[in-house]
Amino acid sequence: MSTATTQPEEVNENKEMIAQMVRDFCAKEIEPNKMKWDESQEFPIETFRKMGELGLLGVLVPQEYGGAGFGYHEYVTAIIELSKVDGSIGLSMAAHNSLCTGHILQHGSQEQKKKYLPKLATGEWIGAWGLTEPNTGSDAGNMKTVAEKDGDEWVLNGAKNFITHGNSGNVAVVIARTGEAGKSRNASAFIVERTNPGFKQGRKEDKLGMRASETSEMIFEDCRIPSENLIGEVGQGFVQALKVLDGGRISIAALGCGIAEGALEAAIAYSKEREQFGKPISAFQGISFKIADMAMKVEAAKLLTYQSAELKNQGKDVNRESAMAKLYSSEIAVEVANDGVQIFGGYGYTKDYPAEKYYRDAKLCTIGEGTSEIQKVVIARTLLNQ
Amino acid sequence: MKILVCITHVPDTTSRIAFTDGDTKFDKNGVQFIIGPYDDYALARAVELKEQSGGSITVLNVGEAETEPTIRKALAIGADDAIRINAFPEDALFVAKQIAAVAKDGGFDLILMGRESIDFNGGQVHGMVGELLGIPSVSPVMTLDIDGDTAKISREIEGGKEYMELPLPFVAGCQEPIAEWKIPNMRGIMSARTKPLEVKDPTGDAPKTKVSKFELPPAKGDVKLVDPDNMDELVNLLKNEAKVI
Repeated sequence: MSTATTQPEEVNENKEMIAQMVRDFCAKEIEPNKMKWDESQEFPIETFRKMGELGLLGVLVPQEYGGAGFGYHEYVTAIIELSKVDGSIGLSMAAHNSLCTGHILQHGSQEQKKKYLPKLATGEWIGAWGLTEPNTGSDAGNMKTVAEKDGDEWVLNGAKNFITHGNSGNVAVVIARTGEAGKSRNASAFIVERTNPGFKQGRKEDKLGMRASETSEMIFEDCRIPSENLIGEVGQGFVQALKVLDGGRISIAALGCGIAEGALEAAIAYSKEREQFGKPISAFQGISFKIADMAMKVEAAKLLTYQSAELKNQGKDVNRESAMAKLYSSEIAVEVANDGVQIFGGYGYTKDYPAEKYYRDAKLCTIGEGTSEIQKVVIARTLLNQ
Repeated sequence: MKILVCITHVPDTTSRIAFTDGDTKFDKNGVQFIIGPYDDYALARAVELKEQSGGSITVLNVGEAETEPTIRKALAIGADDAIRINAFPEDALFVAKQIAAVAKDGGFDLILMGRESIDFNGGQVHGMVGELLGIPSVSPVMTLDIDGDTAKISREIEGGKEYMELPLPFVAGCQEPIAEWKIPNMRGIMSARTKPLEVKDPTGDAPKTKVSKFELPPAKGDVKLVDPDNMDELVNLLKNEAKVI
């Protein structure tokens, strides 16, 4: 299924070529292995690195820093195609590109960009990004992880959790408190390398879905990093993080679109093959109307997502639009995946068919990178606080 | 090493085949077009040879403007520049003449293409190009290695394989396992637009053939499954219904 956009032919052609490239890669590397990774909850690090060779880990990074140099349209297309096959790899791609790499790209100094972006864009290094803490998820202003200046170094103490690539990441951007709790502008962003002393791996989460994407704790015990690893200025960490999340939401919106479209395509194929009472179940209105609704939701979610991609490319503020895209795509991903399981019936409840995985994976979208409720707060704030 | 890779722009292998204009034209509506799968092998081997010993790859297609996305995919995979002969590839001799005209003064060491296209599956163009240029042509080539001015190839023949050495330049119609298909990367896709794509008018006479009518093969009949314990029924069906025994 294709979504009509008002893009120049050039962008549409690139998107088609990227979609084909991702489909070819998935058919060869991901489809045959995804249930194995899901079962064992293994993050396929070598496969992920291969995505770096294809340029999928530095989609938005300019070519001078080793990236592909594309905009958000192409980025969204790549995540959708990947997530149609495996949402967990789509999630890892989104987190690597938008969060860690995106933070350094948007807010890092020239030196920081030169040092880290080529490694991240090619997949030589895997990136993590730490904002959430055990006791502060949506309420990030009251974080407990602190950074104190000690001579030429910053010393970090605390823990971050629910971090994508928290254990496997070679480098992480970490938001830590540098001022008093509860005060504004009290956090700063730091680049922490795996080899920095005191940066420890924590517990890996055992999750409902997105199981091939590693989610774990990052622990800092007197973790010392050089002072040049501060991103921007002291006190800007939270403001930077919110901007990073504006872009990140577009990638989670794309993730939701991909999972929903994957679930839809699987349901369409199954409904045409599965026969009951002497005809394919797609011939029954109970099924066909469900499929019509599912397809409409997928298209609407893609339009919202590509719209925020377009605005982001134009350099406009996407605070509200990306929150709308993320909220809607996440919610419909859960609905569409739910209908998918229903169409598959008893088989949909088993791991022999793809429907149940979409169902489990989709739920993350309504929670990660800002819950659906937080998206509504963001949207309402832009409408009511003017 | 200067390599010319000739590619076709063909319907995806899973396309539904239908005709228009009184069954004289292929119905392109809703059809996804791809680089001919055998041409894709030729291109992949060309990219490998270039990676090994340098040189350049020119990709050539005989087709109308609609084939340019397919040509750009070849550029994204690793060709350096491209030529499109602006004409519908009506028949094999017409296409071969266009390729020969480009290759004649191009100074290519190697002319690679698929062993056949997957639309009309004629498998004639490589032989004709060799003849028109007065150089050897071999097909279907399964392995291809270059050693100085000589190539070592293996090709499939009836009942076995043939190993040959031949001097450059020559024309090869390629098939698997000559190389593994290459997936273009994002940087390749980005740079494909900035690589030269020259459009040339066709040379020589217009195509000599004209399609009168296309027809689809008859639909496959139903399958009857016979229980392995019921051999009598099988014999009965083969004798009285299929009338083959």
